[in-house]
Amino acid sequence: MSMTFEKLKEIREETLQHMNLRGLPTDRPNAPYRWSVAICMETSCMSSKAREIKQRLLELIERDGKGDEIEVVGTGCFGLCEAGPIVIVRPGETFYYHLNVEDIDLIYEQHLLGGEPVRDLIYPESITEDGYLSYFDIPFMEHQERIALRSSGHIDPEDIREYIAFGGYEALYKALVEMTPDEVIDVITESGLRGRGGGGFLAGRKWRATQASPGDEKFIICNADEGDPGAFMDRSILEGDPHSVIEAMAIAGYAIGSDQGYVYVRAEYPIAVERLENAIGQANDLGLLGENIFGTDFSFDLEIRLGAGAFVCGETTALTASIEGRRGTPRSRPPYSADKGLWGKPTMINNVETFANIPYILLNGPEAFKKIGTEKSPGTKVFALSGKIKNVGLVEIPMGTTLRQVVEEIGGGIPNGKAFKAVQTGGPSGGCIGPEHLDTPIDFDSLTEVGSMMGSGGMIIMDEDNCAVDVARFYMDFIADESCGKCTPCREGTKRMLEILIDITEGRGDETSIPRLERLAKTTELASLCALGQTAANPILSTLKTFRDEYEAHIKEKRCPAGVCKALTNYFITDKCIGCGLCARQCPVSCIKGERKELHVIDTEQCIKCGLCFEKCPVKAIVKK
Amino acid sequence: MIKLTINGQKVTAEEGMSILDAALAHGIEIPALCHDPDLKPESSCRLCLVEVDGRRWPRVACGTPVRDGMVVETETPEIRATRREILQLLLDNHPNDCLTCQKAGECLLQKYAYEYGVTFRTHDGARRGGERARFTDTSSPYILRDESKCILCGKCISTCAVLNERSVLSFAGRGFETKVAADRDETLEASTCVSCSRCVAVCPVGALIDRRVREKKIRPWEADRQTIQCKACEYGCEYEVLEKGDERVIRPLAPSEGRPLCLKGRLYVEAEVSSDLRTPFKKEETEKGRKFVRTTWIEALELDRILDRITSTESESTK
Ligand SMILES: Cc1cc2nc3c(=O)[nH]c(=O)nc-3n(C[C@H](O)[C@H](O)[C@H](O)COP(=O)(O)O)c2cc1C
Ligand code: SF4
Ligand code: SF4
Ligand code: SF4
Ligand code: SF4
Ligand code: SF4
Ligand code: SF4
Ligand code: FES
Ligand code: FES
Repeated sequence: MSMTFEKLKEIREETLQHMNLRGLPTDRPNAPYRWSVAICMETSCMSSKAREIKQRLLELIERDGKGDEIEVVGTGCFGLCEAGPIVIVRPGETFYYHLNVEDIDLIYEQHLLGGEPVRDLIYPESITEDGYLSYFDIPFMEHQERIALRSSGHIDPEDIREYIAFGGYEALYKALVEMTPDEVIDVITESGLRGRGGGGFLAGRKWRATQASPGDEKFIICNADEGDPGAFMDRSILEGDPHSVIEAMAIAGYAIGSDQGYVYVRAEYPIAVERLENAIGQANDLGLLGENIFGTDFSFDLEIRLGAGAFVCGETTALTASIEGRRGTPRSRPPYSADKGLWGKPTMINNVETFANIPYILLNGPEAFKKIGTEKSPGTKVFALSGKIKNVGLVEIPMGTTLRQVVEEIGGGIPNGKAFKAVQTGGPSGGCIGPEHLDTPIDFDSLTEVGSMMGSGGMIIMDEDNCAVDVARFYMDFIADESCGKCTPCREGTKRMLEILIDITEGRGDETSIPRLERLAKTTELASLCALGQTAANPILSTLKTFRDEYEAHIKEKRCPAGVCKALTNYFITDKCIGCGLCARQCPVSCIKGERKELHVIDTEQCIKCGLCFEKCPVKAIVKK
Repeated sequence: MIKLTINGQKVTAEEGMSILDAALAHGIEIPALCHDPDLKPESSCRLCLVEVDGRRWPRVACGTPVRDGMVVETETPEIRATRREILQLLLDNHPNDCLTCQKAGECLLQKYAYEYGVTFRTHDGARRGGERARFTDTSSPYILRDESKCILCGKCISTCAVLNERSVLSFAGRGFETKVAADRDETLEASTCVSCSRCVAVCPVGALIDRRVREKKIRPWEADRQTIQCKACEYGCEYEVLEKGDERVIRPLAPSEGRPLCLKGRLYVEAEVSSDLRTPFKKEETEKGRKFVRTTWIEALELDRILDRITSTESESTK
């Protein structure tokens, strides 16, 4: 079918009739529904039975014939994944958390039929003296601002009509019909949007370069390879709002003169792939992809390419090689992708989140976008918050928010009263930021200044129980494993750095260890072919800078201050021991001896350092040293 | 014409030329392990790093095109130190075998190690391809492979793939465990390798060796050397004759200017100049996969039909 602006409006009005309760300014008064139940249908919540909860609720509604009063929507991620599976009941945006499948019966009876929220199942921090806070008003959400995730949690990502109802594809219309390609690029440039895939390159400049590059055939690629350990920002956008990326890619196609786009997505993201396929199909059916979109002479097709699962395939040139069916290894630049990318043709590659910002910018104008964030890093950034933090999940914050705000307020602080040690950003290319830099504003340049980087959005919080050397070892292990092996410094250097780090954590470090690490770090940084190798040593350099004393304790005193490195840690029983014998019964190698009610002793020679006794002791008499 | 400065010397170069080629054209040599004038640059060894316009971040000379006004320094202390580290990384993963290595004397790794004063194994970490030097693939009568010496420059892979129908070699594995594999990591015998020896001719180290030269124990520096052309077809590929005492062996030289190299040509040249004729082998498809089998010189050089004609004509004329 071919799409016109009138038809788009029609779909929008029609769909909005049913969407009266979704909590955005588009709410309509004469609602058909009394209740709207949003259930998060993303990877994390799905793995804790969100699908079954939805199924059960639909059964109950069907049983009682309440389909006209209650709508059930599977949505994208709400952010606080740690509290999943999450169900939000509108109106009121009542926030139910950690639900079991049986719980939905109670919510149905008491809340949806009886009008009385089920206090016991509601997220405690949203309970106030005079009622319940909306999900979007809980402390976790307070400093957040959602642009890339603007529709996640509100719309059903499997229904293009809901995306359209929320203003979807209007930006595409505006670009195609009201603007020239140059004007589109001007707006993107003006907005100051920087790439969210890691490098922070100005999107407008990249679009312009690809547009200016001579050639009849050009390509748009969306980089959804997302390989950083612990990161899931891009997956979440694709699962929660795939059309925002599709729309943006078509806009980019129009701007640079390309009629073919590819989404390169990790094969390990089956739900994202499925939703994307479904979304592309729907966009094609409605004429929002394909020939002569909105009756103009612009045509755009979109295809999915599955990633081979290597981290390095997220690198631009390796990614294009992989799409071409070759071994996914980077190549030396120049030539740049803007000149010679996919199949040697001018190609523009942006990250998922970068694209997700585009429709917002076109609809609201560059000024609105620049109002958010900082001067040099306008807009927001999505982070996957994890590690030793209470609120594990997905957050989108305006640039310029400080690390402290994220850790203490949004993240809710460190659990179990432990002390904050460091925050790791930038994934394996980034670094650890210590407590002295907690007030650093989060933007591209400030994070680089303190020895880390923005990266694609992984943010891992560490507490006093994390060992700095072990953290460096973890990342180097990842990188050495993911090095493509093409160039000498990275292939050989990462392996050697890993070996030295293992030596240190196992008590074989000596006075040459740190100087050798530093030399190798410099060589891989200066001489590696691609950014993987060039940044490989960052986790070492940043931990060496802040926690050098910890390295030295491992090397000189053969001691792991955090008690993480097994080879350097011994378990002892202090005289707090009450002689209960619990530890001795736990010990898998029976190396704890002692009479009842008397001090027990660990034979450290025999001990395999499993830590079971440490966990079990009721009076915390066992210590690690 | 592009004007640039290399090591203080004002030089000119053609548009599109790499820094490496421009420097070489003016007698300035930049160490390079993965560069080959006949192949597309892979820029993987990273040894040819040079300083460009005074910036801290070095560029690879083999993969960076010259630009007007460019100022290149090829021997700053920084650059030399980085090259030394790269060489050390290679030698930390290399067997100490120059004494018995067939490649000694013309090995590029040996040459640069000497130049930069880098010694073997300062770090006793993991090794790739085995602790010691040893031929890891002896299945071919023409080629010996020693993976413990391979520096993964990729030249063998690129040169084999110049002829589409060959493309036998590729990288397999990743990171430290990367290796060069024939087809699906098979022996040269079991693979589709046609024994052209292109790969042997471009290998900068002793990882690919001409077996027949090795068996004669002639290393290039102790031999009289002469380049000759194959006459078996119109390409005229180049071979080198190595002569020591009464012994004469030949080996294929790097294929340039679109010359393909082939086994038949090699055997033709051998038949023409080698001091003794050693058994030729050809590959056959058998039930147990591809096998090298002995053949006759007549068959190897495909002379049977010609010989038949000659003998029958001659016997007729003498009737
Ligand atoms: C080793 C490596 C892995 C990368 N992985 C990703 C990735 O998974 N996703 C991504 O968007 N960018 C990744 N990048 C960055 C891309 O090369 C590229 O800069 C980015 O996709 C450009 O998009 P942007 O300008 O919108 O950020 C990676 C870079 C390197 C060096
Ligand atoms: S730096 Fe590492 S990942 Fe990048 S090309 Fe070199 S070996 Fe491959
Ligand atoms: S750490 Fe494990 S092995 Fe060691 S004493 Fe405790 S229980 Fe036994
Ligand atoms: S390959 Fe080169 S460096 Fe290695 S043993 Fe042989 S001659 Fe020596
Ligand atoms: S001998 Fe020829 S066909 Fe065989 S691997 Fe070497 S280059 Fe390829
Ligand atoms: S075998 Fe020789 S040419 Fe091939 S990658 Fe190894 S060192 Fe390079
Ligand atoms: S080696 Fe083979 S291809 Fe080369 S000239 Fe001789 S016959 Fe021709
Ligand atoms: S996946 Fe359900 S809230 Fe994030
Ligand atoms: S010769 Fe330039 S990188 Fe190897």
